[in-house]
Amino acid sequence: MRMQIFIPQDTTALALGADKVSSLVAKGAESRGLHADIIRNGSRGMFWLEPLVEVQTKSGRIAFGPVNTSDVDSVLDALQASLDGKVLIDHALYLGEVKQIEYLAKQQRLTFKRSGIADPACITSYQRLQGFVGLTKALSMTGQDIVDELKNSGLRGRGGAAFPAGIKWQTVLDTAGEQKYIVCNADEGDSGTFADRLLMESDPYQLIEGMTIAGLAVGANQGYIYLRSEYPVAHKILNIAIERATDAGFLGANVCNSGKDFFLEVRLGAGAYICGEETSLLESLEGKRGMVRAKPPLPAIEGLFGKPTVVNNVLTLGAVASILEQGSDIYKNFGMGRSRGTLAVQLAGNVKRGGLIELAFGVTLREVVEDFGCGTLSGRPIRAIQMGGPLGAFLPKSQWDTPLDYEAFSAIKAMIGHGGIVVFDDTVDMAAQARFAMEFCVIESCGKCTPCRIGSVRGVEVIDRIVANEDRDNNLILLHDLCDTMELGSLCAMGGMTPFPVRSALTYFEEDFGISSRGDH
Amino acid sequence: MEKASNVDQLIEQFKTLPGGLLPLLHAVKHELGCVPDSVVGPIGKGFNLSRAEVHGVISFYHDFNTHPVGHHTVQICRAEACQSMGSRHIESHAKQSLGIDYGETTADGLITLEPVYCLGNCACSPSVRIDDDIHARVDQTRFDQLITELTTPNSETSGVSS
Repeated sequence: MRMQIFIPQDTTALALGADKVSSLVAKGAESRGLHADIIRNGSRGMFWLEPLVEVQTKSGRIAFGPVNTSDVDSVLDALQASLDGKVLIDHALYLGEVKQIEYLAKQQRLTFKRSGIADPACITSYQRLQGFVGLTKALSMTGQDIVDELKNSGLRGRGGAAFPAGIKWQTVLDTAGEQKYIVCNADEGDSGTFADRLLMESDPYQLIEGMTIAGLAVGANQGYIYLRSEYPVAHKILNIAIERATDAGFLGANVCNSGKDFFLEVRLGAGAYICGEETSLLESLEGKRGMVRAKPPLPAIEGLFGKPTVVNNVLTLGAVASILEQGSDIYKNFGMGRSRGTLAVQLAGNVKRGGLIELAFGVTLREVVEDFGCGTLSGRPIRAIQMGGPLGAFLPKSQWDTPLDYEAFSAIKAMIGHGGIVVFDDTVDMAAQARFAMEFCVIESCGKCTPCRIGSVRGVEVIDRIVANEDRDNNLILLHDLCDTMELGSLCAMGGMTPFPVRSALTYFEEDFGISSRGDH
Repeated sequence: MEKASNVDQLIEQFKTLPGGLLPLLHAVKHELGCVPDSVVGPIGKGFNLSRAEVHGVISFYHDFNTHPVGHHTVQICRAEACQSMGSRHIESHAKQSLGIDYGETTADGLITLEPVYCLGNCACSPSVRIDDDIHARVDQTRFDQLITELTTPNSETSGVSS
């Protein structure tokens, strides 16, 4: 029997040298007379172990990691010796059976259950792993039945706004129209997030399946994936997957001989963060400047090209496939309160063990960062955690016991957003981070509304004056006033939430702004 | 002149595609390396848009540079996850060692330096993108090594084995 060796091809593994490792493994296996097939799989999302080299053995899939180019020879030697009965455990990078690795074993993977198992572009592997089961079920259901199933699951939009997906779909279903669209928001621009990318690069058919189900549910025959241009690997893999799914009859005209059509196309963004906002994204898809639209009308009623449109995040549409496959009752049994199902937490920044952690809602931030992350990579104490991307609050130690639940986070003026967690150690300058939040808004504001466009520019200036101790007391009042204006007067979350990181930095880390203690200015 | 006719062909190809302007601009950039002012008129004509509208779209997006860039584009991630791992040092090191600021190209035309806001590689920060390749855990030494690989063609360094 030929040996099967798996080496990931996702962006992070590639960024850590997986291609070089792969070619060295191929050469080394051949020179040793090992009959090996190298499969370029997706990533498991345990990024601190990448490149993670897995080998299929009689007793399961075992792994070595992180395998750098200089480790390849010793790993192959160990594998060769194991064929003669020597135990692999002697190798320093040997991790044992993959699914027993604690980081993975402790997770509740629903959306990411297939991630990293097979070649992401292999459609037969996808089918072998329960792929297209949800679609097959959906084909025998009415649109309303599918929408009801989604409503029952309690799934809320995973892009950040957490709007109930079933209600959005119902609106599109109920809106009359010859032409409707399914748009996947794959403009994952928040720093500290990579779950959309991982899903698209490691299990693209799940997204395709979820979008097709959405099309069947609301009566749309055209879908677009709006993908950010910063993701060249995902772009390549998605296009291959769409072509193969079309060839296999799961996409295009007459999906699975149902008489229904669903065409799907990837459209590239062009480096504008604001296009992750759904109305700006629709403008961009129409070939225009990505300017935010006023709502109403809702995109569900007047969306792409003025037609009823479902706009959902990659993870929302991915979850749809597993909800249809396993049933909504199973999905909703995970989670707490009104946050049902699982959250794909992305642990990033200054952290020892960063990666994708899919867990039921309800786990605390501290559990994720300490139990999974094992502290900072620098070895220094954690000082602040930013949750939810560049518009999310900086959380001090006193707030790390907050459970990951949409309502619990909004109660502390923070947000879960897309599930990204960025860890900072005690060298962070929180005044610089607050300034950056405003600066980022200057760079990325679409410019349509004044509080965001001008407010952010003034915000940078005011923070500079506070730090330089120029009339600090009055400038602090001014900054809060400015934040109020941005929060209350902006058209979308860009201007409306930029004050979150700014205010949290000011509230919890005032010493970094030169404010020694209250009343002592 | 051959390039101009290629652009005309691209306009023909994309003008009937719903929302075809962004795909066209990407194609033009792929063809010419930038989206020069000279294409604004022909695109407007093909898409039945005013020059102002076409210019408005081009100028909105970071990706559509109107002037040629260097042979390689080096992008340094400035977003928070990379900041937490010291990307500010990489930024200043890059500017200093290449002798250029963001948006500028080295005198030999080899490298253009740009900021980028998140490459989705946030668990292994800091990240740098060179053309279509993303590099993880880039410190100053690794940055210099990557630049050396660009300046000395065909040099196959051992990469991330350190």
